[in-house]
Amino acid sequence: MDFEFMQDTFLRLLSGVPLTLNLAFTSVAFGAVFAMLLALMRMSGVKVLDWFARAYVFVFRGSPLLVQIFLIYYGLGQFRPTLQEWGLWTFFREPYWCAILALTLNTAAYASEIIRGGLQSVPHQQVEAARACGMSGFLLFRRIVFPIAVRQALPAYGSELILMVKATSLASIITMMEVTGIAAKLISQTFRAVEVFVVAGVIYLILNFTITRIIMAIEWWLSPHLRRPPAVKPALEAVHV
Amino acid sequence: MKLFKAFGLGLLASALAIGGAAAQGKTVKIATEGAYAPWNFTGAGGKLEGFEIDLANDLCARMKVKCEIVAQDWDGIIPALNAKKYDAIMAGMNITDKRLEVIDFSRPYASGLHGFATMKGSAIAKLAGLGQRANLDKDAAGAQTMIDEWKTLLKGKTVGVQGSTVNSAFLEKYLKDVITIREYKTTEQHDLDLAAGRVDAIFAAHSSLKATLDQPEFKNMMITGGGMSGGVLGRGVAVGLRKGETELRGQFDAAIQDAIKDGTIQKLTQKWFTVDMSPQS
Repeated sequence: MDFEFMQDTFLRLLSGVPLTLNLAFTSVAFGAVFAMLLALMRMSGVKVLDWFARAYVFVFRGSPLLVQIFLIYYGLGQFRPTLQEWGLWTFFREPYWCAILALTLNTAAYASEIIRGGLQSVPHQQVEAARACGMSGFLLFRRIVFPIAVRQALPAYGSELILMVKATSLASIITMMEVTGIAAKLISQTFRAVEVFVVAGVIYLILNFTITRIIMAIEWWLSPHLRRPPAVKPALEAVHV
Repeated sequence: MKLFKAFGLGLLASALAIGGAAAQGKTVKIATEGAYAPWNFTGAGGKLEGFEIDLANDLCARMKVKCEIVAQDWDGIIPALNAKKYDAIMAGMNITDKRLEVIDFSRPYASGLHGFATMKGSAIAKLAGLGQRANLDKDAAGAQTMIDEWKTLLKGKTVGVQGSTVNSAFLEKYLKDVITIREYKTTEQHDLDLAAGRVDAIFAAHSSLKATLDQPEFKNMMITGGGMSGGVLGRGVAVGLRKGETELRGQFDAAIQDAIKDGTIQKLTQKWFTVDMSPQS
């Protein structure tokens, strides 16, 4: 192990981190909106919507992301005249947007199931109680259902975030120079696969460690009822008595 | 206890048997990429085919060894050789100084030109030097003139190239300031992206470009500009071997020498490239 080389590699791989995070968070942001829609479609009770969402989740969760990226990038690339006619080519021409699209479609499928699980785990009594208090419609959703659902779904959604950070490494196959893309290039220049991949692995670990801490902080913030109540000072009690 | 002993002895015996077979060196494992037509590619039946597959079989017959040819991604083809996953590389690989730092090469068994391809009717279609050739070692001034002429037309364009090849090394060294370089895993991928219009041109070996042009779906693609060789483009295509394996290297050298002498390489290059690409001198 050549530590000077690894340090140099670390600095060069760091230049790929912004793109890695950009791909992960842009697609998660779009994906979350889409996932919410899909989850609501699944639970709408309208057969057409329900079956569309089911089919979508089946296709995108059931096929490898690598295949999806290849199909979107190289597959659609062969229908350039049609896409140009529809004015979509400027979007599909760029590897960045193809990567974002593939990652978004993929995470939407997984996240919609996580959100559906969260929404369905909201205890019925809570909803009944809210109704008894006169809440209904959006107010009920905003004040009662959504916060409880988010709390339930967050651990699984945190895993999904981590999976997405790792999934961005596949964007290197469509010429995106994120951390893995740069790593592959460094290996081709130095032929030192072990050192470079160890450093790349460490970078992903650091990124994901940070994400897990943030998720834990949000969980703590969302679950005040699970925290130990602050100790009451006996002296203070004495005064009250 | 007896059972354990018998088991242990059995293990030892089989280990010795395996070691013995390896020591005799009867099987040489050769790696190729399998995605670089017509040098080496995966045919319709899923079998490896191409110039290097034919040549490898011929060389192995001359060396009187049994050969096994395996496909390996270009990316990791050198690290895996050094990790002893196989014994030799025959994958259109050029001898370069950079590669010589980590592996050895046999004498070259083929050589060729490198250049640009673009779509008919594009601005780059009029790139200077079509039909001419320039060598970065023997005629450095002439080659530099050709590169300078290219720069005017290539300015601001995006060029696709296969990563970790002599071709990407050439673009990095001579044209990095004027073009955007986009690196691909295989040549097939940059061919597709040129046809799709995501890159303005590609830079590759003429041999591989010609094979692409022969396919009906790439009939609007054309070779443009002159052919370049030497310098960072390498000193010919040769068998890549681990450092220190002098015996195997000697065997390959002798077999290649024979194959050049009796016209086998000329015949095989004619068959696969339609031109004689046997190494000069």
